[in-house]
Amino acid sequence: MDKFRMMFQFLQSNQESFMNGICGIMALASAQMYSAFEFSCPCMPEYNYTYGIGLLVIPPIWFFLLGFVLNNNVSVLAEEWKRPTGSRTKDPTILRYMFCSITQRSLIAPALWVSVTLMDGKSFLCAFSINLDIEKFGNSSFVKGMSETEKIRLLARIPCKDLFEHQEIRVAATRYIKCISQACGWIFLLMMTFTAFLIRAIRPCFTQAAFLKTKYWSHYIDIERKMFDETCKEHAKSFAKVCIHQYFENISGEMQSLHCHRSGQDDSGDEGEDKRSDEDKLLGIRAQDDMNKVLWNWHTSKPALALRKDQMDGENSSKLNGKINEGFNGFANGHAHETKKREWAVYYSKV
Amino acid sequence: MERLKLVLQYFQSNSESISNGICIVLALVSVKLYTSFDFNCPCLPQYNKLYSLGVMTVPPIIFFFLGVLVNRHTGVMMDEWMRPVGNRSKNPAVVKYLFSAMLQRALLAPMVWILVTLLDGKIFICAFSVSVDPGLFSGVPNNTGLDVIRIMAKVPCKEDVIFQNSSFRKAVSRYVRCYSQAVGWSILLFLIVLGAMGRLIKPCFEDHAAFLQTRYWSNYLDVEQKLFDETCVLHARDFARKCVVQFFEDMTEDSILHLPHPPFISNVSERWEEEEERLHGVTRQEQMDQLLNKWYYGKPELDVTRIAHRPRPCVTWQDPGGRTLYSDV
Repeated sequence: MDKFRMMFQFLQSNQESFMNGICGIMALASAQMYSAFEFSCPCMPEYNYTYGIGLLVIPPIWFFLLGFVLNNNVSVLAEEWKRPTGSRTKDPTILRYMFCSITQRSLIAPALWVSVTLMDGKSFLCAFSINLDIEKFGNSSFVKGMSETEKIRLLARIPCKDLFEHQEIRVAATRYIKCISQACGWIFLLMMTFTAFLIRAIRPCFTQAAFLKTKYWSHYIDIERKMFDETCKEHAKSFAKVCIHQYFENISGEMQSLHCHRSGQDDSGDEGEDKRSDEDKLLGIRAQDDMNKVLWNWHTSKPALALRKDQMDGENSSKLNGKINEGFNGFANGHAHETKKREWAVYYSKV
Repeated sequence: MERLKLVLQYFQSNSESISNGICIVLALVSVKLYTSFDFNCPCLPQYNKLYSLGVMTVPPIIFFFLGVLVNRHTGVMMDEWMRPVGNRSKNPAVVKYLFSAMLQRALLAPMVWILVTLLDGKIFICAFSVSVDPGLFSGVPNNTGLDVIRIMAKVPCKEDVIFQNSSFRKAVSRYVRCYSQAVGWSILLFLIVLGAMGRLIKPCFEDHAAFLQTRYWSNYLDVEQKLFDETCVLHARDFARKCVVQFFEDMTEDSILHLPHPPFISNVSERWEEEEERLHGVTRQEQMDQLLNKWYYGKPELDVTRIAHRPRPCVTWQDPGGRTLYSDV
């Protein structure tokens, strides 16, 4: 029980909380980057808007793409999308579910950047200072004689403290735009939170049964991939061990096998078991071409999701021909007294 | 038995205390957000009230939604409310209990924000400085050419030039802040009295036995959902491993019979049997889909007599005389 709980926690923690951790780190990185970044408005009518809005929009896009890059599940999703159908049907809801969960995690850092930028107000001030009606903010007699372009150029200098002389108008205008910017920021946060609330709290009303299914199978796909990699590693290890052992046997001929035979008498138990478990791990794949075929078929034709039952009962046993394969005897070449019969047909009765 | 008790305690304490912990973390986040938020009163008569009311009401709504979102009970409650009846009857008292627990926890962070804004006073000053009668205070700046309303609207802004040498602004601010703090403390006192009265009077009005039942079953639902997710994860792992091994075995050219070794040869089959047992007989995609569908549309009845009293093989050793040497029974 304890073992299962620990394993479950490890599995769960490895996949989910790792991704949540990355998501949180990126959010903190985006907030830190904003505070470390030195915002310097160009204070020229042609470039203010571009700079202000660009700083509001482009870093979030960058963070969003970075979230996709750092997420492991993107390659799982791509593989599942592009694979040929083979003997396993494709389910588009699973692809949608995986895509949605990846997107949700990647949206947090951009949303944080946008809300911090809006709450700070500098980018709105830079972008929209030329649209202000300066008469509202105090004694604006100095603009009476100016032409349109001169007026716009003057307004464009409002974000820069040292370029605009009339301080109380500048302060009042800054406050006004910052206020609008903060209102937009709060509304943006409210909308994001409300959308998240709708998705998470109201969704169970609609598609709960289908949701359980897609959640199970998308988790399964991830785990299957890990298991396949693990099995391949184990297989490669056993393959290498057997290959090397075989090579030594072939090269040294009798001396090696004699040595093996003598020492086999001493600790035949352990060595025999090791060899047997290595052979087991090979799962019958013993040649390069076979292994290549395994790896090729894993992508081009994934197996159906249907396990065979390994144990046989009374009825099925009569169907078996009792074929015994001597393949494993290739180990001890030409030494008949060393033949190890690994497989046999046995009739079980389950009482 | 002991281990089971530990496991149950772990799940019980884990769920409740995690919810409480998250609730408190949200309250602390709201305080931190208030202190780091750069409050920027527009100091214009038309916009002061709007801005202040916005800052006082929109963040609490956001925190409320966040509180509902991160609470585990929300999912459990929605599941229990929306599920088809199936084999298990529905108990509306459980849904009500979960709803009230979720609501209480979600309301903490918004209340903290509102109280902090009232006790700090900036927002009240911004909203209500235009409503103050300037005749109550001396030192109104009257050489600026602005009308009274605009002057009062500028009171929340410290750095404005018209207030440079007078104490008028500070006096008005102090006056309004005083009101704000009074309102804040009153609300806090009211909430505490309400909570205390509720705690004291509740036992008089409700059936404690029924309450114990609802609390048990709502906790049970939470634990059941967690265990179902856990079982699904373990099952997926075993399914995946078997699928992969089967795939490898199918690829071989020569047909090798892979039969499990008899138990007296190696202990491999014991491990395999244990794993087969963990699969619980679900070995195909359609079976799994059906299982998950049924879990939602027809939840099983709350009756585990069958598995609790499952017959177990017992071994008894007898000597030739018929005397029992050893028995599992």
